[in-house]
Amino acid sequence: MVGTKRNRWLPTLLVGLLLLFFYIPIISLMVFSFNSSRSLTSWSGFSLKWYTLLFQDREMMSAVYTTLIIALISTMVATFVGTITAIGLSKTRRLIKETVLTVNNFPILNPEIVTAIGLMLLFSSLSINKGFTTMLLAHIIFSTPYVILSVLPKLRLLDADIAEAALDLGATPWQALFKIIVPQILPGIISGALIAFTMSIDDFVISYFVTGNGVKNISILVYTMSKRINPTINALSTIMVVIITLTLVLINILPNLKKKERIVTE
Amino acid sequence: MKSFANLVRPYMVWMSMFIVIPMLLIVLYAFTTHGNAVVPLHFTLQNFVKFFDPVFIKVLGKSMQIAVVTTLFCILIGYPIAYIIANVNEKYQTLLMLLITIPMWINMLVRTYAWISILSDTGIINSLLAYLNMGPIKMMYTDFAVILGMVYNFLPFMILSIYTALAKMDKAIINASYDLGANRIQTFTKVIFPLSMSGVIAGITLVFLPAVSTFVIPKLLGGGQYMLIGNLIENQFITVGEWNFGSAISLIMASIIMLSMYMTKRFDRDVEEQAHSGGGKLW
Repeated sequence: MVGTKRNRWLPTLLVGLLLLFFYIPIISLMVFSFNSSRSLTSWSGFSLKWYTLLFQDREMMSAVYTTLIIALISTMVATFVGTITAIGLSKTRRLIKETVLTVNNFPILNPEIVTAIGLMLLFSSLSINKGFTTMLLAHIIFSTPYVILSVLPKLRLLDADIAEAALDLGATPWQALFKIIVPQILPGIISGALIAFTMSIDDFVISYFVTGNGVKNISILVYTMSKRINPTINALSTIMVVIITLTLVLINILPNLKKKERIVTE
Repeated sequence: MKSFANLVRPYMVWMSMFIVIPMLLIVLYAFTTHGNAVVPLHFTLQNFVKFFDPVFIKVLGKSMQIAVVTTLFCILIGYPIAYIIANVNEKYQTLLMLLITIPMWINMLVRTYAWISILSDTGIINSLLAYLNMGPIKMMYTDFAVILGMVYNFLPFMILSIYTALAKMDKAIINASYDLGANRIQTFTKVIFPLSMSGVIAGITLVFLPAVSTFVIPKLLGGGQYMLIGNLIENQFITVGEWNFGSAISLIMASIIMLSMYMTKRFDRDVEEQAHSGGGKLW
């Protein structure tokens, strides 16, 4: 825009202040993970002892394990179920499609705590033992709707004739599905899977209400520890922050690098 | 091809079981009390009557108040930031949006808990103040800490949705406004702002909904005594074991949220209609 040059310092200042607001807690969290004392506020010297303690802490390691296993399995199941359902929805009658999508929206629009107590009531009326299984099931239940919503728009853009042609040429419906349709909607499936995975890793409210028998994910552990909090949580968070940042930077930089390569080779 | 339509069937069973039945169970629990061995269910409105006690109404009022204040702060901070980002060089736009989204990927409890070491009586802010021979200021376990925590957690959603609305805006319309003689302020109030309303409305729902129902932020930053509607529900289910009353509160909360979302959507439509009819008057 023309004429914005004269007061460029104000926007820069505002964005700078906002980024400071966003990053100060995260940076202080990371800094104090290297503190040699238990304090989270006064610095007493550099040490890696909280990292060593983290890997020795059996409760914390089992929470990390539970979080990752549940995220992996629930993402795989939700992605499969969501993709299959979205393909079905794109071919089904309008009334069915609209009904399914309306119900599918409930867990997305409802506050998490409402979904959580609904599932808690369901599991106890079925007298399922609360623990790993119920947590896994709950994660599949709340992430599938997001997969459906991210795959469905890709199907709208799909050319139905190609799958038809495959069937005419002798492909079985399953072959047509996995060799023709799935590759074309892959971007939607991948973004759905990513949403499912991050939602599972991040979830606290629903896991908290449906778990039992001492099964904890990272969020539940942080919540129940908050009174006797210590820098091992900071160490764990620092590792998570570094992994997430690296992944995001790679995802955002790699396509740009490829683009540049293409330009160079052209 | 039609056979693919059958693929939707398993999910119809699945969602009846895991989405519809849980909702019905909440309604069922809300309208019943523990019966005896002969009549296991006893229908009643008692759970709802119980809620209209001044103590609980006050909690509801407080939750609404905190959520409204949080949403206002998110608009006041989020709009200028989204506007600035939408107007910088496109190369920096992606980078800035990435910087704003990175914190959202970090576990919400961890981020909230990080604030404790900044706000506490011996925390970073009060240490700095003590260094300057000032303070200490009590920040933890106050409304300030709770609102700060909510703004911190939900502001990225507001920025994202306003930014999206601003970025997809047709630049030709803005240029047309300048060409027709409008100055910067007129162009903003008459063209850019009304066109970005859909983003603001989307942002409001993304912030208000979790702000009303969260129980984690008030518990961590407001302390164990701090009661919002989410904490009340959590208490009924986890500590007290009054599932029927807890279900009734959830039902009341869900209805209030549905109602406010419906009204926000109505308002959005009204604004759009007004914009259209206003445009009509010119002719």
